[in-house]
Amino acid sequence: MELLMSIVIGIIFSVSIYLFMSKNLLRVAVATLLLSHGVHLLLVTMSGLQRGASPILSFDAEAYTDPLPHALVLTAIVISFAVTALLLVMSYRTYKVHKTDDLEKLRGSADE
Amino acid sequence: MNNIIILPIIIPFIIGGILILLYKRHTMQRIISGITMLALLALSIFLAIYVHQHGTIVLEVGDWEAPFGIVIVADLLSTLMLLLSTLVGTVCLFFAFRTVSRDREKQFFYPLYLFLMIGVNGSFLTGDLFNLFVFFEVMLISSYGLIVHGGTGYQLRESFKYVIINIFASALFIVGIAWVYSITGTMNMAHMAERVSELEQTGALNIVAIILFIVFACKGALFPLYFWLPRSYFGPPAAIAALFGGLLTKVGIYAIIRTFTLIFNHDTSFTHKGLIVTIAGFTMLLGVLGAVSQFDFKRILSYHIISQVGYMVMGLGIFTPLAVAGAIYYIAHHMIVKTALFLFAGATQKITGTTDLRKMGGLIGTHPWLAWMFFITAISLAGIPPLSGFFSKFPIILAGFEEQQYVISAVALLVGLLTLFSMMKIFSYAFWGKQKHTEEQAKIPVGKLLLPILPLVALTIILGFAAEPIFTYSMEVAEEIMDPTNYIESVLKE
Repeated sequence: MELLMSIVIGIIFSVSIYLFMSKNLLRVAVATLLLSHGVHLLLVTMSGLQRGASPILSFDAEAYTDPLPHALVLTAIVISFAVTALLLVMSYRTYKVHKTDDLEKLRGSADE
Repeated sequence: MNNIIILPIIIPFIIGGILILLYKRHTMQRIISGITMLALLALSIFLAIYVHQHGTIVLEVGDWEAPFGIVIVADLLSTLMLLLSTLVGTVCLFFAFRTVSRDREKQFFYPLYLFLMIGVNGSFLTGDLFNLFVFFEVMLISSYGLIVHGGTGYQLRESFKYVIINIFASALFIVGIAWVYSITGTMNMAHMAERVSELEQTGALNIVAIILFIVFACKGALFPLYFWLPRSYFGPPAAIAALFGGLLTKVGIYAIIRTFTLIFNHDTSFTHKGLIVTIAGFTMLLGVLGAVSQFDFKRILSYHIISQVGYMVMGLGIFTPLAVAGAIYYIAHHMIVKTALFLFAGATQKITGTTDLRKMGGLIGTHPWLAWMFFITAISLAGIPPLSGFFSKFPIILAGFEEQQYVISAVALLVGLLTLFSMMKIFSYAFWGKQKHTEEQAKIPVGKLLLPILPLVALTIILGFAAEPIFTYSMEVAEEIMDPTNYIESVLKE
């Protein structure tokens, strides 16, 4: 299961890096979204995908899931949600002000 | 008593929340945020003295015991950084009162400012790696808000790139956290330091160390990840540019110093003397060459941030107590002087209406105070004795020669020379020569603008003349962080 997840994470990462390279504002915004999904999956996977019991501590539990990565990933998801919302607003404003969503044209001249 | 160390995080949080509700009343916002920053400054002075006398304070948040819960740790390095950050924050806030326009003030300027302070203070105080990530994000999201604040075309265009590079770095941070958690099974930095020393720092742990280094290098603008800095710091108003120039990169440098003295300090010939020193050399040289090639007040200063971040990292890379003490002294000197210089850029912009050096001239005739205060700060940056710049560069370069790191020390000396050159370029273009601003502009009073900068100029002189006690203090900080057992013992209570 961990192996499968690693491959999935790798695919998500490569797709996201591909989108980062594109010239379109919105595609770059989506790239950050995908990248954050990739790292969240990585965070859950890296601690080992245990099965068997819920992460409630009791003395007679045989299988026990590590709750910490889940707590961490929740926090990270909330943060990436906020950042994505902000980024979408910013790219919309940039598009409205500059009348273009082509990053090549948003490069900026050398002396201004 | 140890509950007091959460106050630098809690106070701006509560006050910032209240200020959101008062967004229409800008006088009230000014008064409340001004008092808050002064209170924070007083608190951080008290904390610095208290920790110096009584040793490290640790707070286990919510009373969850150390390796399991989040800890807030105030040791000498944290309290020093806290003191510097609140000082810079206070000065920039008072400068912002005079320069930021009414419209911008009403757009939640002060709440964002205080939220930025939560992130910065929290990053300095936390003892938990994931918590460090969270405070980084608090700081970054507020900085995204402040850097586009006002929403001009230039700001939007450059901030988009700033946001993208930071989101990418944050994603890498989580990758680093995930890997270090899978190897050590803990998030507490003291516990992690203990586990890493048991496991011996090889293979996978070195990769994690380098990933975290890349993340912090991106936030701290090290070679080759500094390209976002000069353009994005050019856009926002002077008070914000000064705050970012003085504070934000130093949070990245603090994180590098913390992780590479506490956790990843077992393979120094590879990480410190190999990787970090090389990167520091390139950062210094390319940063200063960028500054030499520019003809814009703010851009020269932005490139100088890069070259000076190189000095701090060089001090860490050489990794002797003398060099690390020099790096800490350098951070103090740099935060004070760089903020002052950016504020001077703001003051000259207010007079001449431009930051292009070729369109300025003769300011020394009409505004002599501005000119001479700038001159003192500029030569301090370049490292002319007896000002603070000299006494912060001297131990780093001395330690470099002692450790037979001749190449990097020679680079550091050359960079000092080029810094002097580009500072004198600003001085001769903007202040000497023929007067290029109109008679009406010459009558613009800057006294009230210079007042908030005055403490910073005074501090650079004091840091130079009182180098002996301050260097002794940096030496104590350096010896404490070079020997992580104190940190580990006070957090884990062994």
